[in-house]
Amino acid sequence: MTGELTQGRIVIVGASLAGLRAAETLRAEGFGGELTLVGDEPHPPYDRPPLSKQVLLGRVAAADAGLPARRPVDAHWKLGVRASGVDPVTKEVLLADGGRLPYDRLLIATGTRARPWPNPEEARLDGVLTVRTMEDAAGLAERLDAGPRRVLVIGAGFTGSEIASACRERGLAVTVAERGPAPLVGALGGTLGAFAARLQRAHGVHLRCGVTVTSLLGSGGRLTGAEFSDGTRIEADVAVVALGAVRNTEWLADSGLAAGPRGLACDAGCRAFTMYGIVTDDVFVAGDVARFPHPLFEYQMLSLEHWGNAVEQAEVAAHNMVSPGPRRRPHLAVPAFWSSQFGLNIKSVGVPTFSDQVTIAQGSVEEGRLVVVYGYRGRVTAAVSVNRAKWLEHYRRLIETAAPFPPAPGAADRPEAPRVVPSDVPDPKVLSHGPTVALTGHLPDRRLAVVRPAG
Amino acid sequence: MSTETLLERINDYAHRADPYPLYAELREHGVARQNDGSFLVGTYHEVAALLHDPRISSDVRHRTDPDEVRARSDGLPPSFIAVDDPEHDRLRRLAMRPFGPPHSPGRIDALHGALVGIAGELIDGFRGRDRIDLVDDFAYPLPVTVICRLLGVPREDMPALRAWTDTVIASLDRSPGEETWERQQAGTAARTEMAEYLGELADRRRADPADDMISALVHDAGPEGPLARWELMTTLTLLMIAGHETTVNLITNGMLTLLRQPDALERLRREPELMPSAVEELLRYEPPVQMLPQRTPLTDIEVGGVTVPRGAPLYLMLASANRDPLRFEDPDRFDPARRDNEHFGFGSGVHSCFGAPLARLEAQVALAALLRRLEGPRLVADPPPYRHSPILRGPRHLLIDCTTKDDGAPGES
Amino acid sequence: MQIVVDLNRCQGYAQCVFLAPRVFELHGEEALRYAPAPPDDQAERVRRAAAACPVQAILVGDRAGAESGKGAAADDR
Repeated sequence: MTGELTQGRIVIVGASLAGLRAAETLRAEGFGGELTLVGDEPHPPYDRPPLSKQVLLGRVAAADAGLPARRPVDAHWKLGVRASGVDPVTKEVLLADGGRLPYDRLLIATGTRARPWPNPEEARLDGVLTVRTMEDAAGLAERLDAGPRRVLVIGAGFTGSEIASACRERGLAVTVAERGPAPLVGALGGTLGAFAARLQRAHGVHLRCGVTVTSLLGSGGRLTGAEFSDGTRIEADVAVVALGAVRNTEWLADSGLAAGPRGLACDAGCRAFTMYGIVTDDVFVAGDVARFPHPLFEYQMLSLEHWGNAVEQAEVAAHNMVSPGPRRRPHLAVPAFWSSQFGLNIKSVGVPTFSDQVTIAQGSVEEGRLVVVYGYRGRVTAAVSVNRAKWLEHYRRLIETAAPFPPAPGAADRPEAPRVVPSDVPDPKVLSHGPTVALTGHLPDRRLAVVRPAG
Repeated sequence: MSTETLLERINDYAHRADPYPLYAELREHGVARQNDGSFLVGTYHEVAALLHDPRISSDVRHRTDPDEVRARSDGLPPSFIAVDDPEHDRLRRLAMRPFGPPHSPGRIDALHGALVGIAGELIDGFRGRDRIDLVDDFAYPLPVTVICRLLGVPREDMPALRAWTDTVIASLDRSPGEETWERQQAGTAARTEMAEYLGELADRRRADPADDMISALVHDAGPEGPLARWELMTTLTLLMIAGHETTVNLITNGMLTLLRQPDALERLRREPELMPSAVEELLRYEPPVQMLPQRTPLTDIEVGGVTVPRGAPLYLMLASANRDPLRFEDPDRFDPARRDNEHFGFGSGVHSCFGAPLARLEAQVALAALLRRLEGPRLVADPPPYRHSPILRGPRHLLIDCTTKDDGAPGES
Repeated sequence: MQIVVDLNRCQGYAQCVFLAPRVFELHGEEALRYAPAPPDDQAERVRRAAAACPVQAILVGDRAGAESGKGAAADDR
């Protein structure tokens, strides 16, 4: 059995972080067969987090944001080629160039793309950009080099906020427009949303919450400004559309797989479901495009646009692709992500949106150094640190062990009993950026044991 | 079966040369309550959890034993190593401004050439001798010269600083059957004298600044202002003692380990690029700081199935955690190329060693120079005589027979 | 030489900044920034930094996918 699994043909669609780490893991775990990576971008895998940070500051060229290899993968690379479908009967990936790639096992890691500005005509104005790819970031860095009089950032999620931070660090005037009540509120809730709003304003961001951009204005094909839902207008030379991401699943429309706008559903072992909810055994999913049940979060289907999830899920998927049933592993890592903006290091463990209450467990908003702990129905489900990263692993342990919320008092820097307030995570529909963690529906309990990993 | 507790046996000087079997016993027992009410934790994952637990205080004034609180309340207030956030964080952040990032990121890197030079000169002094004491001739003068230069302490005052440091270190010792109270009084007095000396030195730098850390600290124009004078005194005393004490042991333990493991020594001679990871392995295998004896829970906490009550002395046994087979494969093997080496040689969490980057660089430069220039090095006595402290553990002397060759290839190693 | 830091693991000990200050830097007190493709003259310092990282978060290697035959986006300008 194991012998068969380490041979044959594996195709990975998606040649970014998840696809790369999966390919490396397959080889590391003894896969000796034929391996093909398909990517629609013309580049080898690269690292996206620097694109909204160092690259926009002009310190790092976008082209330098590659990824180091863990090991050789000995693969056929089909880069700059889009996959257009999967034929699950003949077990072939269909390519946009007409080619067909037969597979024995398939890994889908097609990730997401930037959500475009909804008005195509306005989106075509010179100066209207999104940031997702290497080219996007290089293009925006070039625009910022030219010294625009004002940059408009539409959407104050993590990407939008990081872009605004880079603009301010360069000394550029920037307006941030957010339909929700505060920046980051969709991912982190009300307490840190209010903190982020004060932070942005203190750094000179012209922050406008509770409004939408109703139209982008242009003249002679060039962006000149924007109009808001309250009738006001601003002038801007550059508008960055940071409205979240769209999952790359359209190409799977005819595949018979459970793919839709929220991603491609899979089990905890990264095996894709068919449209009937039946699990496959030859199609696996990893990274931003996956929706998977997590026992720590009541088996709800999580879709995570996190760097760490792409790596960890790819490792589990690859392991399971070459392992017989009893040796397969579930993808149970506690979700985690980071952001740096306005000189602060923001780190999260768990799922902050999976919460009804929060408390500041350490530090304070006034200090600008704090740990916020999130609870749901009396247990700890997430924690976010601001310039307090060294404490975060304590809270990861609390999440892993479903410790009671609020955590008991006694922290050296927060001795009094914690004050608990509602977490104020808004309905995603009112946000102009998509939250980076989406809890999308519910899978019936599959009777997996509740996991309490040691350590 | 001995009636002594594990802590007593670990403190017993008879076990100084090889405490590792005791640590194995400790890991076997799990979290171990001692007769005196203290608790020992020696397993990796439990030590990791406690080092990152905000309910664990580094301030012994939180202990329930009133004698202990009184003993530590004499003399100067504690330095940042012995207080908690947010005060610890503020003091450490201010001390960091002239030492490292974000304000002085290049300070340690810029010392590299000077370190190579000092190490080379000390080894030049071995020429014509066929026996050296690695401690007195090299491992002690190297870091002390560096810390004095970095802080701006005149060389002629080094003997006085050494004497004060020795007395302070002796006072940390809790070995049974000795004059604990007198030792602590002497330690308090030595620390106070040292702090006064450093305070006066800082006053001189305030009037007449030089290019050193003390001058930078007294003239700090940052948003939080400079340290208050007493804060400066306790901070400088801490940096001076730590800068003296631990790197000596790291270098000496390092050479001792390599002389006991000729294969590893030969491999490092052939592959000097392995030195950075070899130093990390030394920090795991023979850490200069064996334990953190000053932690106290601020509330009852559960560790490894045992409840440690609020105010109880809690000993985090770093050297034992570093040999935990549940974390490290083949933990008693010294592997200079070990991967996934998240050791606790410098602790972990907010109190992790302030001077770690300097100690790392010093050890790398020192060991590389010794390997390059000592021919046929051989231990005269194994085990060598150890210093008394079970906490800051290392040989008092390390006699080595060898010949010394001229340096053909100094510089970057 | 290509590097990536797993910033989920990073706790801001900044050992890499001390040891390779031209490659790694702190943005504020704790947020780490780095040059993903450091120049060759920094290689020795980068290796020291990677070895010293207390949480082993720094991965150093050759650029992934180099064998794909595609350039590293040098064509994007």
